Amino acid sequence: MIAIGYARVSAAALLLAIAFGAGVPAFAAGGKHVQIDRQPWSFAGLFGKFDEAQLQRGFKVYTESCQRCHGVKRLAFRNLVEAGGPGFSEKQIKSLAADKYKVDSEPNDQGKIVKRPAILSDLIPPPFKNEQEARSAQPGGALPPDLSLIVRARSVETDNPFYLVPFAMVRDIVSGYQEAGADYLYAYLTGFKPPPAGTKIPEGMNYNRAFPDPHMTAMPNPFAAGDRDIKYTDGKPETVDNYARDVTAFLAWVADPKLEERKRLGLLAMGYLLITALLLYFAKRRIWSKAH
Amino acid sequence: MASHESSFRPTSRAGKWIDDRLPLPRMMHGQFVDFPTPRNINYLWTTGGLLTFFLGVQILTGIVLAMHYVPTAADAFNSVEHIRRDVNYGWLIRNIHAVGASFFFLAAYIHIARGLYYGSYKAPREVLWILGVVLFLLMMATAFMGYSLPWGQMSFWAVTVITNLFSSIDAIIPGLGTRIVQWLWGGYAVSSTTLTRFYALHYLLPFVIAGVVGLHIWALHVVGQNNPTGLDIKSPADAVPMTPYAVMKDVFALSVFVLIFAWFVFYLPDYLGHSDNYIEANPLNTPPHIVPEWYFLPYYAILRAIPDKLLGVIAMFSSILLLIFVPWLDTSRVRSAKYRPVYKWFFWLFVISVIALGYLGSRPAEPPYIGWARIFTAYYFLHLLVVLPIVGVMETGKPLPRSIAESVLGKGASKQRASVGGVS
Repeated sequence: MIAIGYARVSAAALLLAIAFGAGVPAFAAGGKHVQIDRQPWSFAGLFGKFDEAQLQRGFKVYTESCQRCHGVKRLAFRNLVEAGGPGFSEKQIKSLAADKYKVDSEPNDQGKIVKRPAILSDLIPPPFKNEQEARSAQPGGALPPDLSLIVRARSVETDNPFYLVPFAMVRDIVSGYQEAGADYLYAYLTGFKPPPAGTKIPEGMNYNRAFPDPHMTAMPNPFAAGDRDIKYTDGKPETVDNYARDVTAFLAWVADPKLEERKRLGLLAMGYLLITALLLYFAKRRIWSKAH
Repeated sequence: MASHESSFRPTSRAGKWIDDRLPLPRMMHGQFVDFPTPRNINYLWTTGGLLTFFLGVQILTGIVLAMHYVPTAADAFNSVEHIRRDVNYGWLIRNIHAVGASFFFLAAYIHIARGLYYGSYKAPREVLWILGVVLFLLMMATAFMGYSLPWGQMSFWAVTVITNLFSSIDAIIPGLGTRIVQWLWGGYAVSSTTLTRFYALHYLLPFVIAGVVGLHIWALHVVGQNNPTGLDIKSPADAVPMTPYAVMKDVFALSVFVLIFAWFVFYLPDYLGHSDNYIEANPLNTPPHIVPEWYFLPYYAILRAIPDKLLGVIAMFSSILLLIFVPWLDTSRVRSAKYRPVYKWFFWLFVISVIALGYLGSRPAEPPYIGWARIFTAYYFLHLLVVLPIVGVMETGKPLPRSIAESVLGKGASKQRASVGGVS
């Protein structure tokens, strides 16, 4: 009995060793999917938390580089103040909402709807009234998607051969890899490179190495003006790489505002279940000891 | 119900009073406390308890979700986001429900594989097995309709693809298939009407499942549980009372399964889903690859492996319906594959085929995947229609132990040590 148990444990250990030690190649040469590198996100893993300063910088990048075309219609101003987010002060967001945003008021006594300054409970108004207006504002007529869920709506496709698939799965499950959308978005935002020689780019399209084959996207490079275009106030280097990273972290929070609560509660749940399982195991052994 | 002497003795006056009028406590005691359980059942026999647990979890979380969900095309997606963002612990209830569906199926697949390996479908357990197949079909219908409810891109296109399968009936009776599809949709396209009726059925079916689970457990308690030897309980030494023995084992197994479940709920809530379902349904924009949830992939692979649409649909449905006939397709008199040296290998080949079909169902329908899908589809049907009847006749089984007790305790076990607990 003990020998069998030992053999099983070593088999499991060997599997894990293969999965981690040998390092599963994320990309097999000759595949058609682009390799998307995994980035070190502060919100990854068991103890992951958003970096408040990064989310604040990301919000700034969003308002200065993305918001002209892309809304975050599921985000309310109050969310920017709530715990587990960028941690702006209530005063900051109240004045931001009132000064920079106008929303439709409720009908007044004459039934007229007028514009009023936004308040904390309002959703952040999107840049366009409807799809038609959004499309007509773009040179190619493409629709800039809302970014509220963009990080969760993207993933990374790999070309693992079938025999590596189980190992890649074990690695992702054991390490709790849930950041594929963020990895993709960062790769996309930094993927506006000169096209390979001989590639014809149609009018209104742009080359992006991270975008799925044929690597053409209607969105122009949002950071075309290069480093130092967006000013940071916390001393973080003003580089395109940081802009992409910070705005991705911000949008990851927008897509999953309960992430910190989820991971905090998860830790408690795992601890509780682990102890319960152990106690139940000993109880079970004791009861069955009379039957074997 | 399997006959055994009841150790139920109501002690209080109220207990005696109710026992004379509606002996429900006596029945529960007989069926779930001193019910004789084979003493050699292994951890695969804990999956029935897991499935009951997950049915309860899905119903409870589902009822709470239904309090906040809006089943219209315009608001379904928004209401799910509202649950995730604004409802207290809505994110948790939603994750449990979505991941719970996957773990429900995981437990069901282990449960079915166990039945196939140990021959749990053989006489006198045919009805028990058929009720299991009915439960499996009901689960699939419920899960399919549940997946449509978030009304994301994958929800919408999965509904479109799967309901459209019925139009293949046009090849037999022109016009009938189209009529059936329109009847399912409630219109000429997948629309808000379709979503609302799927929601109504998604709320109804779990209670139908619960009813059939009742029959399944009833049938189980009439014939008694199978066990790794496939032998029947012949003497009290072969059994232990369900409580505390089997129940304790079930509860421990459940705690481990829930531990893994919680890992997904809290750390990998999106792992088992598809990222496209975070994009609102758009009838004008087809996703590049439409794939069902992982638990449907083997059948999806079978569907696509057959070049003809109608035959593909027939193959897909018969791959599950054929399971109903397994008790008669298997001609072997030995129940457990443990004592079937030849069949054992074919069983594992069948398991590998189903897993391979699952992988191939997730790949695009193009070479080389489509070729492999055809090979494994062929084996799936060969196994059920040819291997099961022929191997059963040709094979010589290994010698069986004389009793369950002998298989656990060895030949020299003394009577006194062998009989435990309340069973005597």
